[in-house]
Amino acid sequence: MVNDLLKMRLSHLRALEAESIHIMREVAAEFDNPVMLYSIGKDSSVMLRLALKAFHPGKLPFPLMHIDTTFKFREMISFRDQIVKDLGLKLLVHTNQRGVEAKITPWDHGSNPYTVEMKTVGLLQAMDKYGFDAAFGGARRDEEKSRAKERVYSFRDQFHQWDPKAQRPELWNLYNGRIKKGESIRVFPLSNWTELDVWLYIHLESIPIVPLYLAAERPVVERDGQLIMVDDDRLPLKPGEKPKMEVVRFRTLGCYPLTGAIRSPATTLPEVIEEMLTAKNSERQGRLIDSDEDGSMEKKKREGYF
Amino acid sequence: MSHADILDTDIHTFLERHEQKDLLRFVAVGSVDDGKSTLIGRLLVDTDAVYDDHLADATERGGTGVLDLARITDGLRAEREQGITIDVAYRYFTTAQRKFIIADTPGHIQYTRNMATGASTADLAIILIDARLGVLQQSRRHAFIASMLGIPYLVVAVNKMDLVDFDEGVYNAICDEFRAFTAQLRYTDVRFLPISALMGDNVVHRSESTPWYTGGSMLDILQTVDVMASRNLDVFRFPVQYVVRPHLDYRGFAAQIVSGVVKKGDPIVVLPSGTTSHVRSIDTYDGELDEAFAPQSVVLRLTDEVDVSRGDVLAHTARPPQVAHSFDAMFVWMSETPLDTGKSYLIKHGARYITGWLEEVRYEVDLDTLAEKTDVQTLGLNAIGRVAVRASRPLVFDPYDENRAMGALIVIDSMTNNTVGAGMICRADGRETAADAARAELPRSGVSVGERTRRFGHAGAVLWCEGGDGDASAALAFALERRLFDRGCAVHVVERAHDGATLAAVAGQLVDAGLLAVCVAPSSAPVAELALSALAAESVHRVAAGAGASADAVRAPAGATPEQAAAAIIGELESKGLRLGA
Ligand SMILES: Nc1nc2c(ncn2[C@@H]2O[C@H](COP(=O)(O)OP(=O)(O)O)[C@@H](O)[C@H]2O)c(=O)[nH]1
Repeated sequence: MVNDLLKMRLSHLRALEAESIHIMREVAAEFDNPVMLYSIGKDSSVMLRLALKAFHPGKLPFPLMHIDTTFKFREMISFRDQIVKDLGLKLLVHTNQRGVEAKITPWDHGSNPYTVEMKTVGLLQAMDKYGFDAAFGGARRDEEKSRAKERVYSFRDQFHQWDPKAQRPELWNLYNGRIKKGESIRVFPLSNWTELDVWLYIHLESIPIVPLYLAAERPVVERDGQLIMVDDDRLPLKPGEKPKMEVVRFRTLGCYPLTGAIRSPATTLPEVIEEMLTAKNSERQGRLIDSDEDGSMEKKKREGYF
Repeated sequence: MSHADILDTDIHTFLERHEQKDLLRFVAVGSVDDGKSTLIGRLLVDTDAVYDDHLADATERGGTGVLDLARITDGLRAEREQGITIDVAYRYFTTAQRKFIIADTPGHIQYTRNMATGASTADLAIILIDARLGVLQQSRRHAFIASMLGIPYLVVAVNKMDLVDFDEGVYNAICDEFRAFTAQLRYTDVRFLPISALMGDNVVHRSESTPWYTGGSMLDILQTVDVMASRNLDVFRFPVQYVVRPHLDYRGFAAQIVSGVVKKGDPIVVLPSGTTSHVRSIDTYDGELDEAFAPQSVVLRLTDEVDVSRGDVLAHTARPPQVAHSFDAMFVWMSETPLDTGKSYLIKHGARYITGWLEEVRYEVDLDTLAEKTDVQTLGLNAIGRVAVRASRPLVFDPYDENRAMGALIVIDSMTNNTVGAGMICRADGRETAADAARAELPRSGVSVGERTRRFGHAGAVLWCEGGDGDASAALAFALERRLFDRGCAVHVVERAHDGATLAAVAGQLVDAGLLAVCVAPSSAPVAELALSALAAESVHRVAAGAGASADAVRAPAGATPEQAAAAIIGELESKGLRLGA
């Protein structure tokens, strides 16, 4: 009996896995038209693996969708296309054409207006275009202070607005999935995962990740204390700025002009995890959009960004 | 953030250890200013769960440069502005042995609703008491709510010991008073400890200032409580969420095992239908398993082609859950709009939404005295009370105190879609009988659907003979009755009811009794529809007595005599997974 009980010990990763799978199945069963927002980063990679597990041996009962701002790292796009091909997934790619026509760039318009237009507006356009009523996102509660109270089912009104007062209490594992026409929810199946959990799971499950997470020689320029990778020739160089090759990697991935690299020799996953454990700053430090003003993530969320 | 344990091992040992650690969810509660935010900040800082940039945020700017522990857990901007916490926040930290999820619930405004939310998923509750103030009314309320939500472990932390000179006498007096109170509650284990959240005494590290205290630090307790004990591995319950059908030859039922253990080959009953089968395989992305246990999410396949859909519960035939339309539940009311006994609500229980009525408030708990106030008609925001519930279709449940997942439900306002209440189903205890006698419901008899199914060899069901003229339908009904009776079934024909409601009521009674009710459908279509709509859809099987039957009715080959038709129809129903006796 004691041995039996020991055998039935479930590690925290397996417990988190089971919880996330439960959430995904609930959404797939209760919503008419769900979609999984696939941002190609490590959290999306874990979320995708969990979704494959949730519906195995069936196929995913929803498509993936990538909001392409046109400034993603090239390696992210090739990784995305490879994964979709290898796993036989359905992928939708949406770009805010209005933003493209207006030639919106991070350097001409500023990082915040650029992000709102290309990422947030792009996402809302796609939600309306396809009529999705539920969208899975890979956000975690440990990412940022204002997310600590985020629900697993985050409710949005018909204008995609998030109102802290309209959020519903979540008890046990009983999620209230009732919405009216035009309303939708964002679902965060990784809510209870931490950055460490995500890395441990990637290691345990050998989940493929974009090589940018690992150190390699890359062309970078240093700006305002941030190392920006010159991923293509669109990045306007300032007078005297010259890309130089440095061994760097990324803690988070997004639009290359807005994502700071760190100098690091970590070329393997265990080395990356080791560095993360001894790191002194949170992963969002590498994201330029958060540092513009205090509480900016919360503001973004009200606007419809995750 | 730095993990102390990585410094004394290499990364591979670290990974191996951390991939094996387990998980504890706890809720932290206290009255305003008891030091809850400080305690959580202390736990996070002393286990290195806070990044330097977040630490810097929490350090007085321009001021003294002192780290304000309470600021680490500050949440939304609106709350910062108002200086209050108004919602449940979740925090995370880890040691090499265990990952912790803290539900951080505010002690003041709306505390009942928030605390119930935070406590619903917790295995352990920490209640803070200010050593200078002693046991407050609020502390007792917190202990009561945590106990009602089924939390097995309680840790009572007497805080601010530094302000009472770490006096053993003060500590002991508080413990004695509180212990007398918690003895009336349902905890498996209650621990007390003296701490100073501000200074860190006995939080993560044992304190030098309390030599008279021989127990472990808060973290020692959190790391060593038996998480297995609060997992229910006793009876197997599987509330089906999703049917996986990649191709015609595969039909798997996906769910999280909410309690118990299931093995390949186990005999299974599907509820509420009562159909039985065996586990053919336990499938996962990582391969087939011989057994699986709570809280794993898996896919089960059964040996027979039985009808299972979302909302059904799979259980072992030997220990089925209860199935009933009516029951009592303890409610925490979460809406500004009071409970309305005349209104229909949506109930989410397991993987099902069911319409139901909260018919009668039996009493409200006075949170100051724990006395039961019986002269109440409703429950207002943050009130707790016992309510008689009637559902339009049967619920498959266990009492909450036996099985949290199977006894929990939420109530949704069908107009606004808001979650307005949280319910915990009570064990039948005779309290309900007086008021419910008129409601004549079978489950109160104490004989379960599963027991009836085992006795008769089939579950209660309606065979609905339709589409023929009156004589043809009756001839088929009696032929079915004869044949089923000969096979050992408990069967009876319901014929010539003068209205749909009566027909449904009689047939419904027979089904509740576990019998096969063979109904002769009324010739008037509206009357027939009325009767059908009053019967539980999953128990009705339509059979064709003539050309006018609906498309999905089971039918015999044309030209068959009633006896031949009965034999063919029984065979057909069995092949669809309905059990009809030997
Ligand atoms: N001396 C002392 N003060 C404490 C202790 N814990 C908390 N405090 C102080 O009590 C006040 C309220 O604490 P806080 O954590 O904000 O309480 P909360 O309302 O329960 O979250 C703050 O000024 C804390 O610094 C303690 O152990 N000793």
